[in-house]
Formats: sequence, C-alpha cells, structure tokens
Amino acid sequence: MKLIGHEESMLSGAEGKAARKCMQILTALGEIFGAEKMIPVETVQISGVSYDNLGDAGLEFLRELAADGRAKVPTTLNPAGMDTEDWRALGIPEDFARKQTEVIAAFTKMGVDATCSCTPYLIGNLPKPGAHIAWGESSAVTFANSVLGARTNKEGGPSSVAASLTGCTPAYGLHLDEHRRPKVRVMLETDLETKLEFGAFGKALGEALDGRIPLIEGISTRRWDLLKALCAAFATYGGAPIFHIAGGTSEQWSPPADAISIGRDEIVRAARALDDGADRVDFVFLGCPHLSLDELREIAELLRGKTVTKELWLGVARRIKEQADAAGITEILVAAGAKMACDTCHVVAPLRGRFDTFATNSAKGIYYGRSKNRFKSVFRTTEECIRLATEK
Amino acid sequence: MRGRIVYDGVAEGPALVSTEAIGFYGGVDPDTGRIVEAGHPLEGSSVAGKVLVFPQGKGSTVGSYTLYRLRKNGVAPSAMINEECETVVAVGAIISEIPCVDQISLERIRSGDLVRVRGSEVMVERREG
Repeated sequence: MKLIGHEESMLSGAEGKAARKCMQILTALGEIFGAEKMIPVETVQISGVSYDNLGDAGLEFLRELAADGRAKVPTTLNPAGMDTEDWRALGIPEDFARKQTEVIAAFTKMGVDATCSCTPYLIGNLPKPGAHIAWGESSAVTFANSVLGARTNKEGGPSSVAASLTGCTPAYGLHLDEHRRPKVRVMLETDLETKLEFGAFGKALGEALDGRIPLIEGISTRRWDLLKALCAAFATYGGAPIFHIAGGTSEQWSPPADAISIGRDEIVRAARALDDGADRVDFVFLGCPHLSLDELREIAELLRGKTVTKELWLGVARRIKEQADAAGITEILVAAGAKMACDTCHVVAPLRGRFDTFATNSAKGIYYGRSKNRFKSVFRTTEECIRLATEK
Repeated sequence: MRGRIVYDGVAEGPALVSTEAIGFYGGVDPDTGRIVEAGHPLEGSSVAGKVLVFPQGKGSTVGSYTLYRLRKNGVAPSAMINEECETVVAVGAIISEIPCVDQISLERIRSGDLVRVRGSEVMVERREG
C-alpha cells in the first residue's frame, strides 16, 4: 500500500499518538483488503457509541484517542444508550448515564458533532452522489450507498473513528466501481406500501441473496421514509450494504443475467416470521431508524385525542425533535403520553429485563428486540402499534 | 510457518484451536475470557493467555471493542492466528496490541501445542497428551 506525505507522517507518529494508532488501523485494513492507496473522505459517521456496547475498556480507548486526536473532516455520531438530556424519563440508571456522558465527552473533545442519530442524512450529514465517505451504522451505510449514491464500506467503531481523525480511508470495496456492480436482478412482483412491507421485503431480499448486490425492478416510490426501512432491514438480514433500484438510484447499471422474483407470498412469510403473535404488549418503539419530521407528524395525527396506556418511545434525532417542537408536533405527542427518546433507541439502550413484549414497525427493530433485549416481539404497522400503545 | 503480519509482535502460549469462526461480540465474555456462544465447538473454554487459532472472525463490528475489553481485563489471548483475517479481528488486534498473523494453514496446529509467534513467523512445538 502506497502512502503519500502526510499519511506517512501520521503513521510515523509525527502528528501525535492518536493519528498514529488510527493510521495503523487503516493501513492494516488496506493491506488485508488489497487497497493500493488511501482516499480522502468528505464526512464520517461514527458507530460504537453506547456504553452498553463499549464498556469501560471502550471508553478508555476513546479517551486515549481524545488526548491528542482531532476530527479532520465533518463527523457525526451514532445513537447513544440514552437520551443525553432526559435520560431519567426513560428510566436509565444513574451509573450508566454517568459513563455514557463520559463517552460523549470524549467524542466532543475530538471535535465530533454529537448528533447521536442513525439518520445523519436527515440532519445535515448529506453527501453528494459519488462522494467518498466513511460511515458506520449498517442502515445508514446502506442508505448512503443505495439512495444517496455516496461511497462507503460498512465501517465499525474503531475504523470510523480512525477515518475521522485522519481524514482518509483505504480505497477498497464499495469505494471502487467494480465492487458496486449488481450481481442479481430482482423482480418485485407486488406493490409495497407501508414501512412494515418495505421492512419485510428487505428481510426476504437479504436472506435470498447471500451477500450478492441486487438491481431491484418494481419499486416506484422515492420516499426516504420507506427506503430507510428497506435499507435497515436489508442490512440486518444478511444483505450487502448496497442495492440499486432500476431507474431510481443515481447509478445506472445494465441488468445482470441472474434473476429472481419476490412476490406477495415471500413478503407475507417474512413479516409473519418477525411476529411472535402476542396481542398485548408493554412496550412500543417507533423510530428504528430514527423518525423523520414527516413520520412524527403522522404519529401525532394517529395519537391526537388518545391517551397512551403502555410505554411508547419515539426514537428521534434531537435536531428533528427541535423541528417538531417548533412545528407544534411534540406538544401533541407528549400530551398523549408518548416519550420522546432523543439520541437513542431500543437497540442500544440498556433495556434487557425491563419489558416482556414489545411492538414495532421495524424489521431491524425486531431482530435486536429479540436478540439483545430478549423481548417477545410483534411486528405491526404504525397504526397497529399506536392502537396497541393506547388500548385499555 | 510464515504468514502475513496483521499486528506485529512476539508472544507464546498454548494453542486453543477452533475449526469454526469466532464472533467476539456476544460470543466471548469480555470479563472472563470464556467462549459463551451456544453450540460453538469451544463453548466454555477460556481464551485467556492462549494462542487463539481460528479460521476467521464473524459477526458484529462491536467485536473489536470486545477484544479490547478482554485485553484491559487481563483475559485476552496472547496472540491470534487466522487463515484469513477479517476487519473485526484485525481492528481488535491493532487497538488491543495483540500479535496477530494470518494466511497460516491451521491443520498443523492442535489445541495444547506450544505456539510461538514472532512477527510473521509461527513456530509449533507438539505437546502430547
């Protein structure tokens, strides 16, 4: 792997210990994946933020980097294990909150913008088609590659931090044209309408493709709210972190020879497999990935005049919540008894043991509800989730 | 044997060989070093102080931080040997400063052998019984 002047100097330690450690990580990855050089990145999204996943050791690692490491490009942050301001309202233990605050402080010291959201593209980290970026968070990575046409591999916590503190990433994988080429043509033979259906389709697709990149025919919508549900599900259930939609994404590829079709049956089956069949729940989570302003408005309409009887959390980026405050939406949601869960979600908050059965409209959300939190889980539309949250 | 350096260093210890990939996040307890993945061939074994030999890593990228936690808790492997190293283990080895070599054919190592790693070199001393 060939390094140029300032990259060499970072690796030699001339620009401090953090830059050196970060270049060691990136050059090792470059060697393993056969990269010939580094490429500059325009923005970074760092994953690995929740203290629930980092532990004290992860916190110490970040603190050591923060001693002399500084973000060289605009960098945003994945969700934390709690609402960074209103954590008490979500029942987060004090010890956890103290440690989580220290994690965020380490990132802030590095010059990272502590957005704490899995939807950076909704709050200003919005790369242009063709831009090289280094993002963690599989749903955001898939959205960036597939919907925005930007270029990123699926980075982990340390490699995304390394890209931020050096401003570069090794040139391999999805940064290169030849690795973005679709390998299988997917004919979608039914119309998809709800987030639930897009999520179920993402699961069916991820499981059918064995990592091959699809060119999907038959999706006409360009609504980000629906496509982000597809991205999150596809990435969770085995998909490559990229897909193409015929006529719909910024890259145009000719159809590959291999083809499969997915119809109503496969989608119904995928949705059924995500539902454990309970008709009462004690926890409802909407916002995996984090909610847009449109989605908050839709939920506010559904909740108008109703009272929440179960724990209902709405996962959202703080900056979207601020827009909802200004638009008078938050007021309606809170009056009905919903909790705004800024900066966090049920995937990364320490929730195991707190609830028995939860409902969500997110296929990705079900996966982590079951595996990480050990909840009995039901997969329903937004309307049905609100009905479950408000029934007597 | 000679492989490719993922993280340079010198280490030795008894080999612990897995024929299957290891997922560190959720698969290895960061406090005790025990492999806890249900149904894994090495379930219940401790990686602490071992030269951990396995085809490759798998699973969540949070696994790199799990290796780091193992190291800080004093229960990390002394070295790692892979057939083909992937991102999670490579990054974990670098941030935890655990010597790591890949492109080694694993059949020639058995659990319990004394293994020395020096840079790209791997030396195996058979321990019978």
